[in-house]
Amino acid sequence: MADRNVGPLLSAVSRIPGAGGEIIVTEADFFINWARRSSLWALTFGLACCAIEMMATYAARFDFDRFGVIPRPTPRQADLIIIAGTVTKKMAPRIERLYHQMPDPKYVISMGSCSNCGGPYYDAYSVVKGVDKVIPVDVYVCGCPPRPEALMYGVLKLQEKIREKTFREEVGASA
Amino acid sequence: MSPEDLVQAVEANFPNVKKEESAEDAFRDEVPILMVPADDLHGVCQTLRDGDEYSFDFLKNLTAIDYEDRMTLVMHFYSLKHRHKLALKVDLDRDDPIVDSVSDVWLTANWQEREVFDLFGIQFNNHPDLRRIMLPDDWVGHPLRKDYVHEPDQYD
Repeated sequence: MADRNVGPLLSAVSRIPGAGGEIIVTEADFFINWARRSSLWALTFGLACCAIEMMATYAARFDFDRFGVIPRPTPRQADLIIIAGTVTKKMAPRIERLYHQMPDPKYVISMGSCSNCGGPYYDAYSVVKGVDKVIPVDVYVCGCPPRPEALMYGVLKLQEKIREKTFREEVGASA
Repeated sequence: MSPEDLVQAVEANFPNVKKEESAEDAFRDEVPILMVPADDLHGVCQTLRDGDEYSFDFLKNLTAIDYEDRMTLVMHFYSLKHRHKLALKVDLDRDDPIVDSVSDVWLTANWQEREVFDLFGIQFNNHPDLRRIMLPDDWVGHPLRKDYVHEPDQYD
C-alpha cells in the first residue's frame, strides 16, 4: 500500500495511449477520507469565551479555511461541531438536539477546559461536567481558552483520525 | 448633593430609614448606604426617582445577599442629572422573603428582580411576570441560598 499521506493517488496516475485523458486508480477508503477530512464544515456555534478564540481562528490572521473548515449556519450542512465554551445544564438538551440534526458522518471537537470537564465551573450547580456527558467527542483541545493554534492542531488531529477510517467499519468517527 | 447631605435629606423624609450602622461601610466609595424597612421600599424608591433633588433615574444594580440569619436586598442608584450615587439595603425575613416590586418605578428592575427570585427565592409583590429567568423552568430550589442542597443529576 502506498504512503497514507500521499495515498495511492499519485502512484496510480497512468496515461492511456490514444484515449487523450488520464485515469486515477485509487482506493475508495482513501478517496472518501480525503474528501471528508479536507472539507470539515463546522456548525457556527459558540457558547462562551472560547468562541472568541474560535472566531479568531476563522478570521484572516489564522484562516481556518486553509484546512477546509468553514462555518455553516445550519446543522443540516455541518460535518463538525466545535463545542466552544461552558455547557450549562440548560444548554445541554439543545446541544444534543443540534448533534442529532447533523447528518452522518459527524465529528465533535470539545474546545477548552469547560467543555472538556467543566473546568473552573466544576463545582457549579448549573454546569455540565464535560460535554461528553451529552454527545460523543472525537478530539479534546485543552486550554482556557485554547489559542487558535491549539484549535487548528485539534482539527489536524481530527483529520489524522479520519484518515485512518475505513468505509466498512462505520460512517462517522464518533458513531 | 454630597453623600452626607443625601443621607440627611432621605432620613428627614422617611423616619424609618436609617444610615447603615457600620459607619465605615456607609460612605465607602462615596456611596452612602441606607437601611430601608421592607414596607417603605416602594415609597422611598418612588421619591428617589421623582424628587428633583434626588433624580435617581438609573437603577444600576439590584441583587441580594443571604446572611443566613436574614436575607438582604441591595440596590444601587445613580443620578445622571446630579451625578450622585446611593445604595439601599432591605433586610427581609429569611424564611418568607417578600417585598414590593419596584419594576413600575424602574423598568430595568423587572428582569433583575426575576434573577433575584430565580437564585434567592425572594418574592416580589405586584411583579408583572415573576418567573425564572436563567435556570431551567423545572429547576428545584434557589441555588444562591446558603441552605441550598444540590442533588446530582445526569449531568454531574
